[in-house]
Amino acid sequence: MNDNGTTQHGVSVQVRGIRRSYGAQEVLNGIDLDVRPGEIFVIMGASGSGKSVLLRHIIGLEAPDEGEILINGESIHSVDVASKYRMALVFQSGALLNSLTVGDNVGLYLSEHRLKSPDEIRKIVLDKLEVVGLKGTEDKLPSELSGGMRKRAAIARALVIEPELILYDEPTSELDPVSSVVIGEEIYKLNKRIGVTSLVVSHDRDLAFGIADRIAVMHEGEIVALGSPDEVKRSHNPIIRKFIHADFKRQPKA
Amino acid sequence: MFQNIGEIALLFWRTVLALPLIWRQRAKVLDQFHEIGNASLLMVAVLSFFLGGVIALQTGPVLAERGLHSAIGGLVGISMAKELAPIMMSILIAGRIGSAFAAEIGSMRVYQEIDALRTMNINPVHFLVMPRLVAIAIGLPMLVTFAILVGWLGGATVAQVTTQIDVPFESFFENMKNVVGISEVLHGVFKSFCFAWIIGVVSCHQGLTTRGGPRGIGRSVTKAVVNSIVLIVLFDYVLTRLLLH
Repeated sequence: MNDNGTTQHGVSVQVRGIRRSYGAQEVLNGIDLDVRPGEIFVIMGASGSGKSVLLRHIIGLEAPDEGEILINGESIHSVDVASKYRMALVFQSGALLNSLTVGDNVGLYLSEHRLKSPDEIRKIVLDKLEVVGLKGTEDKLPSELSGGMRKRAAIARALVIEPELILYDEPTSELDPVSSVVIGEEIYKLNKRIGVTSLVVSHDRDLAFGIADRIAVMHEGEIVALGSPDEVKRSHNPIIRKFIHADFKRQPKA
Repeated sequence: MFQNIGEIALLFWRTVLALPLIWRQRAKVLDQFHEIGNASLLMVAVLSFFLGGVIALQTGPVLAERGLHSAIGGLVGISMAKELAPIMMSILIAGRIGSAFAAEIGSMRVYQEIDALRTMNINPVHFLVMPRLVAIAIGLPMLVTFAILVGWLGGATVAQVTTQIDVPFESFFENMKNVVGISEVLHGVFKSFCFAWIIGVVSCHQGLTTRGGPRGIGRSVTKAVVNSIVLIVLFDYVLTRLLLH
């Protein structure tokens, strides 16, 4: 059991000395991280700092030039890991399959792996869509949904997997403030309900400080700060201060 | 194209290994099969009718002038069955269906849908490539069989209505029967079966390796069609050589 009284079934993630270059450009420059089971870990940083690339390495979509990623102590690239641990990535764009309905997208994992009967899948799909506030959209195509709805449908698709590790890539980008809060609350509630390890990549400061148990700040492919939201807020590192306190300043009229 | 030949061969092999999953993916195979037939049947009919007709029109007067009326049916029959129907229909299908394969899979790649499948532990070869390849491997030989029949009909019609040829319908087919048998038709159908795999695997590979945005998708579609046609023509020669013996 975790602090919130729910069953803990998240996995740990260890990132050990990850380096990755694309041509001459070094995107990940020796990243080390430990994500504890069941925590919400937010990776913050400016655009282009390597956050999304790190996420793609953690889920095994890309292989690093150096270093390794361990899920509960096992390499993400070992043969068993994908079938042993249930993991899900909520893509920045949602990445719903445009040729399938929302319902088919959400139930895809169960139908392709033949884990439930079609009737059971439909029931689960309707249930998960209701959880993310998308009741009644199961027969629509992704193109008929707004950006925020597509993201919530992608979260529903991840929920169906009942993951032990869920990764969110910029879950609130392109969303209005109200939708951002809804998504943030969903991430938080899901984590507390099933104890899933949640790794969120975002440059949304409100989201990060609102839901994170711990925050890592990335800058030019390196981790420049790591700690609780309060510790990060108190940091004297000029890069972090600039990132946290950046605000629009209107020039006074001459 | 040639630097990717190893990757294309590997994709072909992975698809062959996925064939036992056909029954599980039957709905997708049927969808693709319907797409192939639906998109191409009318065009195949028009193309092959006029193809048969134009061979009769080009060769008929020359042969008739030399008193070789009886050779026209055989010539049209064998040209359509062994060469023109398989190669022309395969080129047509490379343009219509190969381009669609590359565009669909390419856009799925660009818009991270394939990454999403991989994160759900769903193999894109099983989910996307195998159903398409099976559908085209069944669909193209069927279309070619249809094209051969319609081509013969076109040749016979032109031979009858053209005054310089003036070979009646019945004589045309009677003469054709002496030259063209089931083995000639199977020769063409077998070649089209091989071409179907070429179109399918080249186009799906091109889709899976698409990079960039809409421009990348466009480039993949062009490459899929051009590479398929080049390989069809090359393999046509090789297969014809092999089948001669």
